[in-house]
Amino acid sequence: MSLRMLFSQSMLWSVVAVFSLACCSCSRSPDAARSQLVLTGSSTVAPLAAEIGKRFEKLHPGVRVDVQTGGSSRGIADARRELADIGMASRDLKPDENDLLSFTIARDGICVIVHQENPIPSLTDQQIIAIYTGDIENWKDVGGPDAEITVVNKAEGRSTLELFLHYFKMDNADIQADVVIGDNEQGIKTVAGNVNAIGYVSIGAAEYDAAHGVGIKLLPLGGVAASIENVRSGEFPLARPLNLVMKSEPQGLAKEFIEFARSRDVHDIVEEQYFVPLAD
Amino acid sequence: MSHSRTDAVLVGTLRACALLTGTLVLFIVLFLLVESAPALRQVGVARFVSDTAWRPSGGAERGQFNLLPMIVATTLATAGALVLATPLGIGSAVFAHFYAPRGLGRLFGKIIELLAGIPSVVYGLWGLVVLAPLVARWQPPGTSLLSAILVLTIMITPTIALVAGATFDNLPRSYLQAAAALGLSRWRTVGGVILPAARSGLFTAVLLGSGRAIGETMAVLMVAGNVVQTPHSLFQPVRTLTANIALEMAYAMGDHRAALFVSGLVLMAMIALLVGIAEVLSKGRLYG
Repeated sequence: MSLRMLFSQSMLWSVVAVFSLACCSCSRSPDAARSQLVLTGSSTVAPLAAEIGKRFEKLHPGVRVDVQTGGSSRGIADARRELADIGMASRDLKPDENDLLSFTIARDGICVIVHQENPIPSLTDQQIIAIYTGDIENWKDVGGPDAEITVVNKAEGRSTLELFLHYFKMDNADIQADVVIGDNEQGIKTVAGNVNAIGYVSIGAAEYDAAHGVGIKLLPLGGVAASIENVRSGEFPLARPLNLVMKSEPQGLAKEFIEFARSRDVHDIVEEQYFVPLAD
Repeated sequence: MSHSRTDAVLVGTLRACALLTGTLVLFIVLFLLVESAPALRQVGVARFVSDTAWRPSGGAERGQFNLLPMIVATTLATAGALVLATPLGIGSAVFAHFYAPRGLGRLFGKIIELLAGIPSVVYGLWGLVVLAPLVARWQPPGTSLLSAILVLTIMITPTIALVAGATFDNLPRSYLQAAAALGLSRWRTVGGVILPAARSGLFTAVLLGSGRAIGETMAVLMVAGNVVQTPHSLFQPVRTLTANIALEMAYAMGDHRAALFVSGLVLMAMIALLVGIAEVLSKGRLYG
């Protein structure tokens, strides 16, 4: 066979292979549906649940974990009406939701960061609100040097933004941002590169980077130091639990999944996503 | 297997490849239209240019969906980068081909190829930790239209230089020989013979560069500041259409998500416009 023939044949086969692969992935055997777990709810918990689900699938061949987002309210509603096996909520249950059971799988905390050369030791909640809404535009108004403040805000839809706004009772439309960022790393690098910047990111990411020589400083909030330890203990105010919600005591596969999600085996996944794992 | 049968297989495969590439574009446009349909229907086309701000997470009723500042930002960043990168790219290609000693010219060519191959996220990181802080020291906050233009310039200069260089390589040697026989100086040769003869290739170079600049996402996302506003100076932060999609897509739902697909649709339209302009211009003078 000539080289050219070989080439054209292998090309043909690769095209055939790609097409047949595409067909395989759309038709699934009906057996798989029987051992399926459906999780719906909070878009903050969803990426974490999806990663935990992938590992769970590996340990339990034949099981499929399907994670869908839709907000904490949907997670609660779906769990109550049993439309989903497990609901996801990035907050505590409210008093009128005590018909449900919640299982915390991790905690999420965010902290305010400034450049490490910034002499400000701390800011009050009112000062932070004033800085973010543009009432205070210069560091000298809060006891710092005479320099304009660079306000770093998160992009719309991010859970960190949501938690920040909720805690300080602000509306995103009121925030006068100078820089809008996407993920935590970008926020940390932006603040580390600008002496006059102020921003907020997940505590897990900030503590890791500050410990590894990145030039940022974590500001305490309400007198409590911003640390993973204080988020875990529940002392740090700007934090929330990430919960799995069920209507009744979990049974079978759901019980196994919740136990797995709360176990030590997933701590690396939790930390990878800058959340704080539970104490053992 | 006979020879003609091999040919038939090859032709069939090539046809399939061509068909696949052609339909891909159609599918992408179709996909964008389908995904953005809810927003176009419920928000309406007019509000994407007449709303007072971009606050899409409120949904169709309470949200605001003005894309104009981002269209302006994308246009300005691309135009700014082109203004800087076109003379830089073509100039360096002319230098490497007609002025530099052979060894230096070759080395220069390799360096340009290397530059063209660096992933955009690396340029973005460099922009974020080096360029933006430098600009910030001069005019805070540093992450700004200017930073975006500078990073884009660095990114598209090698593209323009490479394509321009390839065009110079392909010019008939007889042009150069004729110019030498006429006793033209080097500058007269470049300015009077080479550049006019190569203009269609140079035009393609600029077109490719502008395409890359419009579509660039990660690098711009990291240095532009991403505040949705129409800039009044080079030092103000801006958000481009591509950065808008990358920033918000991960957590967007419902109308917000559909509105981001409208951003994609607008981006597609801008590129189609660019190609259209190129087509019209090139028909007139360049390839005739």
